[in-house]
Amino acid sequence: MESFEQCIKCTVCTVYCPMVAVNPDYPGPKQAGPDGERYRLKNPMFYDDALDLCLNCKRCEVACPSNVKIGDLIQNARLKYSARKPGLRDYMLANTDVMGSMATTFAPIVNGMLGLKPVKKVMDKTLAIDHHRTLPKYSAQKFETWFRRKARKSQEAFPEKVSYFHGCYANYNNPKLAKDFVKIMNALGYGVNLLEKEKCCGVALISNGFKEKALKQAELNLRSIRKAVSRGEMVLTTSSTCTFTMRDEYAHILGLDNSDVRGSIALATKFIYELVDLGKARLVFKKDYVKRIAYHTPCHMEKLGWAVYSTSLLRMIPGVDFNMLDSQCCGIAGTYGFKKEHYNDSQKIGESLFRQIADLNVDVVSTDCETCKWQIEMSTGVPVENPISIIADALDVEATIKANQKK
Amino acid sequence: MKFDTIIIGGGLSGLVAGIELLRKGQRCLIVSSGQSALHFFSGSLELCGTEEDPLNAIRGLESSHPYSRLGADRVEALAAKVQPFLSELGLHFKGDVRKNHWRMTPLGVMKRAWLTLDEFASFQDPETMPWKKVAIINIDGFLDFHTSYIAASLEEKGVECSVSGISLPQLDKLRENPTEMRSTNISKVLTGDIIGTLAARINERIDGADAVLMPAVVGLTGCSDVVRLKELVDRPLHFLPTLPPSVPGIRMQLMLKRHFQKQGGIYMLGDSVVSGTFVDGRLKSVRTVNHEDTEFEADNFILASGSFFSKGLVATQNGVVEPVFGLDVDAVSDRKEWYDRNMFNAQPYMKFGVSTDSEFRVRRDGNTVTNLYAAGAVLSGFNPIKEGSGAGVSVLTAFGVVENILTATGGVER
Repeated sequence: MESFEQCIKCTVCTVYCPMVAVNPDYPGPKQAGPDGERYRLKNPMFYDDALDLCLNCKRCEVACPSNVKIGDLIQNARLKYSARKPGLRDYMLANTDVMGSMATTFAPIVNGMLGLKPVKKVMDKTLAIDHHRTLPKYSAQKFETWFRRKARKSQEAFPEKVSYFHGCYANYNNPKLAKDFVKIMNALGYGVNLLEKEKCCGVALISNGFKEKALKQAELNLRSIRKAVSRGEMVLTTSSTCTFTMRDEYAHILGLDNSDVRGSIALATKFIYELVDLGKARLVFKKDYVKRIAYHTPCHMEKLGWAVYSTSLLRMIPGVDFNMLDSQCCGIAGTYGFKKEHYNDSQKIGESLFRQIADLNVDVVSTDCETCKWQIEMSTGVPVENPISIIADALDVEATIKANQKK
Repeated sequence: MKFDTIIIGGGLSGLVAGIELLRKGQRCLIVSSGQSALHFFSGSLELCGTEEDPLNAIRGLESSHPYSRLGADRVEALAAKVQPFLSELGLHFKGDVRKNHWRMTPLGVMKRAWLTLDEFASFQDPETMPWKKVAIINIDGFLDFHTSYIAASLEEKGVECSVSGISLPQLDKLRENPTEMRSTNISKVLTGDIIGTLAARINERIDGADAVLMPAVVGLTGCSDVVRLKELVDRPLHFLPTLPPSVPGIRMQLMLKRHFQKQGGIYMLGDSVVSGTFVDGRLKSVRTVNHEDTEFEADNFILASGSFFSKGLVATQNGVVEPVFGLDVDAVSDRKEWYDRNMFNAQPYMKFGVSTDSEFRVRRDGNTVTNLYAAGAVLSGFNPIKEGSGAGVSVLTAFGVVENILTATGGVER
């Protein structure tokens, strides 16, 4: 049976759709998904361009009591029926690899330029990238370059290894996150390999309508992942969206069979938590680390259902005063909120989250998604860190290495 | 991952059990596949609505009824815990366990109720109304609240009604999409500063009425907007339920869940338990869709997976099954006997549910699973619609099962 036939029209999905509440142009998940699918199957002319407004947050699917794949129905309809051609702005936002490679080469200039008000105005006018947005800063040195020069050699000493899919953000914008990951894994006694070849997971390509290109990159990534898995390595990530895309969207949206490696792709926090939980590794934390932290569950983390691993690790740090934020969309939805036409909706969606964060008065917000980080930092002024970076900062590295040395 | 108790199902029953167990110092996990039936909450909890005194009604129920199996005295003792329990979480109800009151449905029909949210209209008698004149005020364009039915019902009882609607620019924006002009979307607009404007619009329409009735479209994430609106409206303001989704029900779900998480409970939404490992008549661990090979172990488990709507029970061509573990089910095997052809009669399938022993422990292939308990709508032997007993069974069996678990593990005496 098709999943849309399971829909009993209970309307629960519409309660949790972040978009329908702020933008009446969006028909809502029930109408856009299972209801619309019946019409579209009859005649593609029933396709509604307003489906472009879907954030692909999948919160409708998480809420559905009848297990209808509402989000997948909508994404697939967009890729199948939409006649709208993506423009230059969409190309730039979607091709994180191309942009990242260019920008890191000229990082100081690019960062300076992108921060300038006139440049923001020009981008707003010419590209329709909203001028309120601060584009993420590019790092002068890619993580990959640092790893080759500074870390690769030392990894050979570790008998056990994991592979790391760093993703665009850790590579181009925040190499510290990737370095933190290497630091933790090494302390736990694991060496880190990079994949033979790695391209952007493709999430932005999918959401901006570049299905063919997404497919090519996904196939390349899967080839590299298969090689790592055949060496007996897990492929770990530090981004909930990359993880979700490679595990689920590759199969559900791009139609690729990833079933042989799906279970070997995991967030680093899941892998680390399980090591600790099964008594295979120990984390020792600094005694003087004190932070009040609030955790934000990114939409794709909610869909993965894995927030429990990141939050359980954060709760293990003795000096952490942990607070769980209500799970809701922050409004950015990847490249969505960068687009001028979506800026207002994007901020309205996140409003209640920003208020909750302000009320909690925390030192730092923690989340597993890079675009949530940009959105929350811009909208609240509170710094946001990946749980891996918080764990790395709180970790007593020497003591952890000692605790994990094999006899 | 190891817990003291794992609860399958995150609705009213599962959350009440979870919060109660956390208070006794247990470590709890809730796995919930999708949102719960609280999204259809009427604003009132029912214990037993077949006669005026619910406790008396309970004494007359069949021996297979969950209440009869708890025992009337225990039902009374557990029922007394409910109002304070909810109140402590910020969910304030009115009502008397010895005497049902009446509530009004979105179509203006009077039904018996045990506990009703403070801000909702409630009645001591179904025919004698506490007002001479009421102002029924809807949101313009909101189709899930039927003012004419409500007015007709009240007018029959001698109440003069004025019906009017309110427009605000922010609400008119929502109206651009009439099918999504739903209670929850309205409540996302009617929050914060706009409450003052809303109250002013309501006050303009009171026109000598003793009270104001409006649909429950305020207070999705907390009570503060409701409290503020009641303060600012010049006459007593009472809410009436809307058609689903239910704003106060979602608030209740959210507040229960928040409390559960704040106490350290782990709540996994949108995930389903797919299998269990049974050893020596006990459930040792479960696996879920999202967590693949991870074994979730616990000393005790509670199945609070709901009835047909939540897929705690599934009707197939050949019978009614419990889909998670394939537990024994109390159900008629002949499909023809599942239904009564008169839709308004009691439907036999409503009483289907998992088979349990006196401690509410489930059976598998005829054998009791000694650490797997069932609570709420998944239980057999009751008809929540005909009896008006759904919420009562959910909450009281949750409390009952928690006591049974604590007794079995030496935690606390019953």
